[in-house]
Amino acid sequence: MISSSLFEVLSFGAGGWGAALLKAALTTTALSIAGFAAGAVLGGLAAFARLSGGALGAALADGYGTLFRGVPDLLTIYLLYFGGSVGLTVVSHWLGGQGFVGLPAFATGVAALAIISGAYQAEVYRGAYLAIHRGELEAARAFGMPHPTMLRRIIAPQLLRYALPGLGNVWQLVLKDSALVSVTGLVELMRQAQVGAGSTRQPFVFYCSAAALYLIIALLTGALFRRAERRSLRGVRIA
Amino acid sequence: MIGDLALDQAGTATRDRPAAVIVEDLHKSFGPIEVLKGVSLRAAQGEVVSILGSSGSGKSTLLRCLNLLETPGRGAITIGDETLRFAPDRKGRLQRPDRKQVERLRRSAAMVFQSFNLWSHMTILENVIEAPVHVLKRPRLECVAEAEALLAKVGLAERRHYYPAHLSGGQQQRAAIARALAMHPKVLLFDEPTSALDPELVGEVLRVMRSLADEGRTMLVVTHEMAFARDVSSRVLFVHDGRVEEEGAPAAIFANPKSERLRQFLSRTRTAG
Repeated sequence: MISSSLFEVLSFGAGGWGAALLKAALTTTALSIAGFAAGAVLGGLAAFARLSGGALGAALADGYGTLFRGVPDLLTIYLLYFGGSVGLTVVSHWLGGQGFVGLPAFATGVAALAIISGAYQAEVYRGAYLAIHRGELEAARAFGMPHPTMLRRIIAPQLLRYALPGLGNVWQLVLKDSALVSVTGLVELMRQAQVGAGSTRQPFVFYCSAAALYLIIALLTGALFRRAERRSLRGVRIA
Repeated sequence: MIGDLALDQAGTATRDRPAAVIVEDLHKSFGPIEVLKGVSLRAAQGEVVSILGSSGSGKSTLLRCLNLLETPGRGAITIGDETLRFAPDRKGRLQRPDRKQVERLRRSAAMVFQSFNLWSHMTILENVIEAPVHVLKRPRLECVAEAEALLAKVGLAERRHYYPAHLSGGQQQRAAIARALAMHPKVLLFDEPTSALDPELVGEVLRVMRSLADEGRTMLVVTHEMAFARDVSSRVLFVHDGRVEEEGAPAAIFANPKSERLRQFLSRTRTAG
């Protein structure tokens, strides 16, 4: 009975939830990738500001990191989504609109994940930059290498090498945080599992499926990170 | 300062050649501490000048100023036909020289560092072609062929696809010398090239440097290797307390030191060595 219903519930045919769950898993993956990528830009800027942005830039970047690493991620998402929506509603009322205006859930989710992961990525990039041997940068200068060339040829490859293990960690965090974005009503994997569990009264089946799908995404992307790490470690002496 | 050349007894031939490097009245301070207090020197093309001095004398700072890794506060540096003048602005602050000019000057003065400073994410061959390809914008194939010849010359042809971390210190320093040669510099600057090496690896690096001297390359060498300074260099500079204390042919410097400080320095290094 249970096994046949499980098969039916997760099937891809009519009345089955398989297609919906897979689509939700794709949404989760897209949300996480977009959030992580935008977070890389934010984190990169914050790291640059802390390393060489002057007193004000460093203080701002420091404040950003402290704030969003210290505040619960769920709270940040609530603040961004509901705070942003309230702001948008107020503006719309000024312009003569009526009713509640919600922010687009996917874009808000990406923004939230970007802000949160950017705070962590900034630390990773900063640590990676500081790990680069100063003498190698000096050698680049000594050969008359212009700064943009040095950034591209010497700093970026080494920065990535030292940052990859930390970035892999932040990526896992983003993937799991993406489940929190379900509170905005975005139908990603977590939300879809809740909906499925609610309407079929089979929470165990849906939450287990969701867990399995999260794990598969994590394992596949984790393998990608490990491959990139192996590649980046060429020329490093393993003692 | 050009008059100091009267001390030069060995280099009658080299003295008449055009200058590769001219340093005039160079000053450099780190905060309130004046490290260089007006250093002048002239190296003719093909000359090997050894710069001696105890630690803290300013000899490394002098070399780093020549490559503008440190910006001098006052004075002038000429390498080939490029001259850079330094003077504090009206408020007495350091003036940043023109970036393009700095990059041009650096390309003609290649540096070999005490700690090699090879780029660790590149193989030895990639290290050697990096600046010619990406700074001088020369065709890659041409640079590879030349780099292979240079690596063969320093005895590393077999190791060209190794990463720096997988080579000994002596091999890394020889690779760093090949990297410097690939720039076709007007002058080679060596900043204590053997000081970070295990004693048994010093010889192989000095042999390469000696062969470069024999080829008639212009070299400025900050070193503690007294035998190298005595046997290979055409002129020796003794730097003390930010000034050139004594200068001359190695035979004269080592046999008849005039200043008391040089005498003390030589006796210390002799007992130490």
